[in-house]
Amino acid sequence: MDQFYHAVTLNQSLCKGCTTCLQRCPTEAIRIRNGKAKINHELCISCGQCIRVCPHHAKMAEYDSLTTMRDFDYTIALPAPSLYLQFHNLNDPDIVLNALISMGFDAVYEVSAAAELVSEASRKYIEAHKDEIPGPFISTACPTMVRLISIRFPNLLPLLLPLKPPIEVAADLAARNAMAKTGLPREKIGVFFISPCPSKVAYVRAPLGVEKSEVDRVVPIKDVYPLLLAHMKAISGTDYKDISKSGKIGISWGARGGEATGLLRESYLAADGIENVMKVLEDLEDQKFQELDFVELNACNGGCVGGVLTVENAYVAEARLKKLRKYMPVSVNHVNEGEEPLILNTKEIEYRPVFNLGSNMLESFARLNKAERIEKQLPGLDCGLCGAPNCKALAEDIVKGEASETDCIPFLREKLHNITTELEAVSKKLLDDPKTAKSEGMVIVKEYFDAIKKDMVSLDNKNRG
Amino acid sequence: MEDSIILKYIVVDGEFQRAGEASSDVKHKLKQLGVPADIIRKVAIAMYEGEVNMVIHANGGEITVEINPEQIRMILEDVGPGIPDIEKAMTAGFSTASDATRNLGFGAGMGLPNMKKNTDSLDIETKLGEGTTITMVIKL
Repeated sequence: MDQFYHAVTLNQSLCKGCTTCLQRCPTEAIRIRNGKAKINHELCISCGQCIRVCPHHAKMAEYDSLTTMRDFDYTIALPAPSLYLQFHNLNDPDIVLNALISMGFDAVYEVSAAAELVSEASRKYIEAHKDEIPGPFISTACPTMVRLISIRFPNLLPLLLPLKPPIEVAADLAARNAMAKTGLPREKIGVFFISPCPSKVAYVRAPLGVEKSEVDRVVPIKDVYPLLLAHMKAISGTDYKDISKSGKIGISWGARGGEATGLLRESYLAADGIENVMKVLEDLEDQKFQELDFVELNACNGGCVGGVLTVENAYVAEARLKKLRKYMPVSVNHVNEGEEPLILNTKEIEYRPVFNLGSNMLESFARLNKAERIEKQLPGLDCGLCGAPNCKALAEDIVKGEASETDCIPFLREKLHNITTELEAVSKKLLDDPKTAKSEGMVIVKEYFDAIKKDMVSLDNKNRG
Repeated sequence: MEDSIILKYIVVDGEFQRAGEASSDVKHKLKQLGVPADIIRKVAIAMYEGEVNMVIHANGGEITVEINPEQIRMILEDVGPGIPDIEKAMTAGFSTASDATRNLGFGAGMGLPNMKKNTDSLDIETKLGEGTTITMVIKL
């Protein structure tokens, strides 16, 4: 799979080519071309922001269908911690886990259980290595954050905690466990992650930190939710099985601050929302947070509960977390006998310089210089009508040969204005000349010209307010 | 010259929230130029410290950044009070910042030392009551 794979796609027929996603994309990865929103695949970090804001529902997440369960002889469901928080009045995660089995999965492995193992490994790793890096460790649980850092904050790569996200640890343990139990070869076993976001889809299809993900399919919470409801109803009240192996720490990973509090350290920061985390990363780059041990970053508001593939309002879900975990043990840290969780990354996360203006430094210098000059000529309205998110981006697109100055509507208006002024001078000359003034053609031209001039003046007045 | 870029930024007195704007813009431009990450880190730290110094001590001022394929030169000019004792100011931990400033998390006395540590050369021209010009060079 392409290392720049992204899990966001466009429904061409629904896209109106408006500027909503264009202006909200945190990496400026979108351009409107031929009236449709086009995604630059090198810049897209699968954060889901455009899916969230598109008023026409033209932006969609890519994911797998539950029907792909048929591709395997044995299937395991990996529920995200945020799944439990989608349900009103849920007081026991086991109801959800048993419902997953009754839905057709052969086994379940909670991501929250693996999260506790990651919490423990993080505590040890930070304690052992905190003096080796110039700043706080940064969480690697949100793949969108890792992708963002890998393209935009190369200086922060050494601060990334080199540990796998809980879904990877869970998938690996679940698959090994199933192989031992069933004797089936790995390819007959299907590991299904039930995901709150497209970011995890991108992670599984183009992994970061590992060569290949052990997750086989990613299905969205929103598809599983309605099916689960019926099964949960049937299960509650019966003598269902005791499956859950996670405590407060694991479940809390589903919302902002969960991962950080699981480290049992005091000196941390937990930021959520793509615009907020960008600011934190900028500040980290300026070495502003030297006194901190750990920085947790969540692309979505509220943490994973805010993912675009969830059903419930993120803040309602967060409120439910407090109730659900109330009587839980702090941590279960469960590992099956004879199993060793593999938590360290197996592959380094590398800088992918996608913002370069040219193919070499000299070309980049020339282009940046030119872009600076062009930007000064542009109106600075950042209206997006040209198809770029702002004037600066248009200037850069122009020097890269991907756009032209006439894509700028105010620039075009100015140009038309100049043409009308010239036309006025020419027609005045013709009218002043008795030889041409009275001709029928000239009278028609003058009528047309007066109409254009009237429109132009009204446009000018509107623009000058 | 086509392969030399000059950027100018105004630093506003007392606006802590805005300190870092210039450094952030320069950082992004260096990434667009394909400048190696470790150089960008040094520029970011040196410039940010410089900006904060101008906000706290120097009544604001102007930063000029000249980038060419050989080096990045940052000139920080202010018309502030000047630095009475440069040697002292260069000492790690020495600070004249007010308590109010320290409460904001600034003024730890690491500004100039950090600027020096992250640059290949740092020159200070200062006149009491007239202002200070700091020129920092980082080689590419």
